[in-house]
Amino acid sequence: MSDTTQSAPGPLSRLLASDIFYRFRRDPVAIVSATIVLLFVLAAALAPLIAPQNPYDLTQLDIMDSEVPPFWQEQGDPRFLLGSDHQGRDMLSTILYGTGLSLIIGVFAVLLQAFLGVSIGLIAGYNGGRIDAFFMRLADIQLSLSTLMIAIIALAVFQAAFGSELYQDLAIIMLILVIGIAEWPQYARTVRASVLAERSKEYVDAARVIGLPRSRIMIRHILPNTLSPVLVISTVQVAEAIIAEASLSFLGLGMPVTQPSLGSLIRSGFEYIFSGSWWITIIPSIVLVVLILALNLLGDWLRDALNPRLYSRR
Amino acid sequence: MALLEIEDLEVEFPNRHGTLTALRGINFTLDESERLGIVGESGAGKSMAAFAILNLISEPGRISKGRIVFEGRDLAKLDEEEIRAIRGDRISMIFQDPMMTLNPVLTVGVQMIETLKAHRDISDEDARKLALARLREVQIPSPEARLDAYPHELSGGLRQRVVIAIALLSDPAIIIADEPTTALDVTIQAEVLALLLALCRDHATALILITHDLAVVSQITERIIVMYAGSIVEAGATRQIIDTPQHPYTIGLIAALPEQNAPGQPLNQIRGSMPSLNNIPPGCAFAPRCDYATDICHRIVPNLTTAHGQSVACHHAGQLQPQESVRDTERAVS
Amino acid sequence: MSDTSTPLVEVRDVHKRFPLPSSFLSSARPKVHALNGVSITVQRGEAFCLVGESGCGKTTLGRTVIGLEKPTRGEVHYGGQRVDTLDDTARKPIRQHMQMIFQNPYASLNPRMTVQQILEEPLRFHCPELNATDISETVNEVMTSVGNDPAWGQRYPHEFSGGQRQRISIARALMVSPEFIVADEPISALDVSIQAQVLNVLMDAQAQRGLTYLFITHDLSVVEHFGTRVAVMYLGTVCELTKTKDLFATPRHPYTQLLLSAIPRMDGQAFKHQPIPGEVPSPVNLPSGCVFHGRCPHANDRCRTEVPLLNSTKSTAQVACHAVEEGRI
Repeated sequence: MSDTTQSAPGPLSRLLASDIFYRFRRDPVAIVSATIVLLFVLAAALAPLIAPQNPYDLTQLDIMDSEVPPFWQEQGDPRFLLGSDHQGRDMLSTILYGTGLSLIIGVFAVLLQAFLGVSIGLIAGYNGGRIDAFFMRLADIQLSLSTLMIAIIALAVFQAAFGSELYQDLAIIMLILVIGIAEWPQYARTVRASVLAERSKEYVDAARVIGLPRSRIMIRHILPNTLSPVLVISTVQVAEAIIAEASLSFLGLGMPVTQPSLGSLIRSGFEYIFSGSWWITIIPSIVLVVLILALNLLGDWLRDALNPRLYSRR
Repeated sequence: MALLEIEDLEVEFPNRHGTLTALRGINFTLDESERLGIVGESGAGKSMAAFAILNLISEPGRISKGRIVFEGRDLAKLDEEEIRAIRGDRISMIFQDPMMTLNPVLTVGVQMIETLKAHRDISDEDARKLALARLREVQIPSPEARLDAYPHELSGGLRQRVVIAIALLSDPAIIIADEPTTALDVTIQAEVLALLLALCRDHATALILITHDLAVVSQITERIIVMYAGSIVEAGATRQIIDTPQHPYTIGLIAALPEQNAPGQPLNQIRGSMPSLNNIPPGCAFAPRCDYATDICHRIVPNLTTAHGQSVACHHAGQLQPQESVRDTERAVS
Repeated sequence: MSDTSTPLVEVRDVHKRFPLPSSFLSSARPKVHALNGVSITVQRGEAFCLVGESGCGKTTLGRTVIGLEKPTRGEVHYGGQRVDTLDDTARKPIRQHMQMIFQNPYASLNPRMTVQQILEEPLRFHCPELNATDISETVNEVMTSVGNDPAWGQRYPHEFSGGQRQRISIARALMVSPEFIVADEPISALDVSIQAQVLNVLMDAQAQRGLTYLFITHDLSVVEHFGTRVAVMYLGTVCELTKTKDLFATPRHPYTQLLLSAIPRMDGQAFKHQPIPGEVPSPVNLPSGCVFHGRCPHANDRCRTEVPLLNSTKSTAQVACHAVEEGRI
């Protein structure tokens, strides 16, 4: 079933021949959402090449161009396809760069979550007993506090302690750390559950009979067999992390206005929404919603596709 | 006239590689109060043949050809509503896992009464009485108490007895039992089999027993069908098949049993393994594993032909040496 | 270790209890009594069989011998050396001599490793001095000896049938040239026509490599064909231990007699089976006295109070039964 991680002979040909790819090709929702996510990633990665303007370069900005509406409106200006904000920044460029920032924070925060969660889940699940009980109670405590609450407290304390100047420089790293650390229990629980299922299988006994050390059994034998559910929650977790980042930025605790992510863009435009400049807020919001929706649909599809029992019913 | 008549049944499963034919050319009949065994390895299609009778084939599989005539009606043509009226009433099923039949959150009594009321107009009180009588019949100790027990409070052997009691509730014409004792220990298996045999005799119920265990069918059934890779390879009276098997597969299967071999000696074995259904060789499906296969076997699918009451699907039927000498030559070769 | 007079494996009065998950509020700590004072010895070159119905402790005994479980009480000796108390480092040289074959060929091979990786792993771990050529030669040799195509190396377990997988599993056990193999129901998950193939591979390996087997099964016909000596287990105790031939010719313990009468036979005779009422009691609350007394037609007051010991009778057979000892049966 999950031929995707196998190497020989030729990973690409194996992937193309796999059941997963076959199911992917037959599911229009999967194809559309994967295409959208891919387009976002490409656009963000190529932003310096395709964006009409570098929104970080203050010298390119002209305050006279501020609050130009999108091109299809009467006072539109073809230089600013999606209009401009109150500082005269081109919205299209800002959104392209902002999407990139949002994706970077989302992906790296999830990598951190996965690293912490998978390690803890593996150790807790394989060893059991007190170690397991300790980490799982810790996870329960962490889950009883919402991610946003932890993040708000941590970021506010940091801002107060080190001043907003330093904060602006370190905002990306801080967001990745805070969102990454706050969400590890999701991974730890998922991995622990599959470790418990795998641990009782005979191939693990066989490795123990050979005499392999614990660490090797965990990493070489059990870990690779617990990765499918990790893959599934990862897509959804990226979406969650992007939302968390956007919410924090909207509250003024995230990316600074000089380096706007999608969330800080929505926030910065929010003040002007009643003065008629709706596009500064609405357009980045739509981008955010589409991106999150595509990621979630992709995650849903992946969960169904990797669950053979569900598939057989269709 | 036979109670159940299956004519040229074919079951297909469409999949990404095309269409997979899971059963082909299945023909058999079941007389009233006859006990029939369907034997084969996993994947041979023996369960599917039985499930097809009650239209229980899981999606996307479907009956693509053939007729299943029961009491004058073709079950293959009935809609879901009509077949459900027959299921559990005129034809009932016993599965390998009793929990396929038993609902874990309902007591045994509630489930038995429900089953009865689904098929006939009966008062709660009468239904309870009948349920109790059936539990007594399957020799469950203290049946009154068991009526109010939940399935998880019963042992595996008792659960299977309850399932048999449920199968018997409406005095069905046919009971289909799919590996009913495979999950049970050998002493419990013997008890459940003896019970099933006695009940079928007492009620004159016909039985289709699906199993991989030749010894079990030989003790319970009057007739045997041997299946291989979705087809019937041999059919006939039980003693005849066990004592003088004609198809090389049946011959090999019986010869491979440890009790048919001298202790400590290498066992007679059939080489290779059964082909998967999406990879059935042309000609006779058994040919690649068969010691007697000739050119024709690899090209043409043999038909089931009947001689002396024993049907065999083999181009060389009747020309093979009797079983004893087969074993000797095989031993000499190895 | 080369002393031939000491038994290869000796299990002395082994007990094993598994704690059940106790409820949060109750102070009771229920335990499953999986093994209750089991003693067996396995001689070099034997195929020693453990038979019994599910829950009789045969698998737990096998896992305790191989070191997957630690006995709650009692000792396990291998080649004259006590092994159940050794730590991982001290045990490593012994692990090379003992291997295990598992019941379920679909679960006993890691689905994410190629056949080559699965087979090489034990050898690389135990003999790090071997170079790549030596290792691949051993893989080829072992794969051929179990009737597998050595060219399967680059493929994954899911591409093979149950019988092929079980032969890969046997090959993995043979890679480190063990002298003792615990085989836990190695053929019961396989189809009838494949069982004979795998049993033949096991017998070949024994003949060629001088292996000693501890063979765990519920199938008495396999025992009759394969075993030299056999221990019949019931509820965590051995009730009869004797030569295979004697067991089938003259079963002495009432449970053995029940077991033998329950085997379905193809000889055309109707059931000889005399059903014995009742079922196997729960191993959580063991019955007092003889564990079989609740189902035994010969039980008397002594059986209900006093645990019978595995006594040597006149012949080589050992039977744990008061009735046999007193000559009542």
